[in-house]
Amino acid sequence: MTLSEEEVAGELGPAMAAPPSRGRVLARRFLASRQGRAGAAVLALMFALAFAGPLFSPWSPADKDFTAFLAPPSPRHWFGTLQTGADVYAVTLCGLRRSLIVGLLAALVSTALAALAGAFAGYFGGWTDRVLGWAADLLLALPAFLVLAIMSPLFGAGQWPLFVIVLALFLWMVTAKIVRGMTISLRQREFVRAARYLGVPPVKIIFSHVLPNLSSLLIVDATVNVSAAILAETSLSYFGLGIQPPDVSLGTVIADGSRTAIYAPWTFWFAAGLLVVTVLAVNLAGDALRDAFDPAAKGPR
Amino acid sequence: MAGFLARRLLGSVVLAAVAASLAYLLAAAALDPRANYAGRTPQPPPAAVDAQLAALNLNDRTPLFERYLTWAGGVLRGDFGRSVTGSPVGDDLRRRAGVTLRLVLLGLVCGSVLGVAAGAAAAARQYGWFDRLSAGLAYLLLAIPVVVLANVAILGGTWANDHLFGRRVLLVGGERSAGLDAGLWAGLLDRLQHLILPTVTLSLGLIAVFSRYQRNLMLDVLGADYLRTARAKGLSRRRALVRHGLRTALIPVATYFAFVFGTLLTGAAFTEKIFGWHGLGERLISAVFTNDVNTVAAISCLAALAVLCASLAADLLHAALDPRVRAG
Repeated sequence: MTLSEEEVAGELGPAMAAPPSRGRVLARRFLASRQGRAGAAVLALMFALAFAGPLFSPWSPADKDFTAFLAPPSPRHWFGTLQTGADVYAVTLCGLRRSLIVGLLAALVSTALAALAGAFAGYFGGWTDRVLGWAADLLLALPAFLVLAIMSPLFGAGQWPLFVIVLALFLWMVTAKIVRGMTISLRQREFVRAARYLGVPPVKIIFSHVLPNLSSLLIVDATVNVSAAILAETSLSYFGLGIQPPDVSLGTVIADGSRTAIYAPWTFWFAAGLLVVTVLAVNLAGDALRDAFDPAAKGPR
Repeated sequence: MAGFLARRLLGSVVLAAVAASLAYLLAAAALDPRANYAGRTPQPPPAAVDAQLAALNLNDRTPLFERYLTWAGGVLRGDFGRSVTGSPVGDDLRRRAGVTLRLVLLGLVCGSVLGVAAGAAAAARQYGWFDRLSAGLAYLLLAIPVVVLANVAILGGTWANDHLFGRRVLLVGGERSAGLDAGLWAGLLDRLQHLILPTVTLSLGLIAVFSRYQRNLMLDVLGADYLRTARAKGLSRRRALVRHGLRTALIPVATYFAFVFGTLLTGAAFTEKIFGWHGLGERLISAVFTNDVNTVAAISCLAALAVLCASLAADLLHAALDPRVRAG
């Protein structure tokens, strides 16, 4: 048996029972599950590959090797080359980087939106609640794919931040409804009432008392949204409706590769494999995180 | 109940109207039909382009709101306007709706039946080998986007044609072979051969979702008192599970089925596009690229209607199946 840090600190410090911090408890629970360890490790690997991987290759995504068109993997081109002579390794990692960034940003924005919309609707009630509820219903009635496709001409080259925002606009509704319900019940709790009677302004109550109490839900929601956003982004980009050339994402790489996949499998399988492994890792980590926050609701849902 | 239903129906209709209007305004603002004429040689005179666009109600010189009123007036009379090539949108979409419906219905039925069966079997032996296997497979399937799954299905089909069957059994590209004229049965067989891979693609994801859902519902039901009662009165485990467990656990699945059906109208777009089926979703994607505002708006209208009808149907189905809802 090993002494963990807080046990040592507890023996040395004057106050005996300093409770372990919540973050540390969560981390221990998270890492105790095999899913969590595997998901986190693979995800870390993907990030390392996406951001540090290109440093080890002499080729950049824009380079074309005119001596090797559609060449199979070799020491010169680790993942082979495309029909244009572009290096698959460089292009795929560039796409992976963009897909990871888009997924993370869209998830963060949508969770923030869900938290704000849900908390304001639940706390203020009345017209705020009604208007936000209508907005959520409206966005649920319009398929996200449809609106993103309609707006795709606006996401030209270099406009991917706009795409991220529109993507996030379609991921917040369901969580917002959950947050709203929880806010309504939090509103009746003593500490929120006390803050209100002390004259703390409502917006400050939401940010310092309501939202911190929903942090576990929000963190888990953000992880779930990362995989949803990555899947949506790659599917739309595949058809030229999301990230558009000359920007690269895993979706555009897979679209290019699928045309030559039958006789040049390396153009398709590396990108497709990386995408599936990334989403799988995010899902595994998300499930483990949920279990860590809420051990009572153990098991995949 | 009737009052509630009426209010619910009215709300849905208003929501559908607002959603469709919003989709039209978005499409009219984001798409640029004038660009279709820019690359033509010889360059048509601007006045002719204007007249052509105005005739199709696509002229961006007319105020957006005026175009919207013209469009909305047409839709209320059942006229969805004309596409950029001048053909009526309604006729085109009617034909395509049949194609989409065939694919979606078959995919959804396959997906839900197999998914429910897999989920029920997994729950009956919790933590058994089948439970673990199906959980792992479902996990994997949920991580694969449709575009990858469809391409893998095509690659797998090609491989199977070459190495297993030795001839072309699984066909890709369109819903039937173009120009095939070989009688009723051969024609049907040909359609079936084209149907297999898209249906598999569409249903695999659904199987994963439905099996997880059904498994958890079954596990909730398995611990219920009435199931113990059924066993106590002498039913075998299998009969108690099927007649009392499965039937109760199916209620939420039925409502979920209706809901998924609504979203699949556009959700099948990726599958349709990759397999070259000329359905609604495929049309939507091509209409965006040809700046076809009226077609995009019409499909959005249908999609919003489908979602709302489906959620209404889900509620009604739930009320019809679950006696507790009826009583309350």
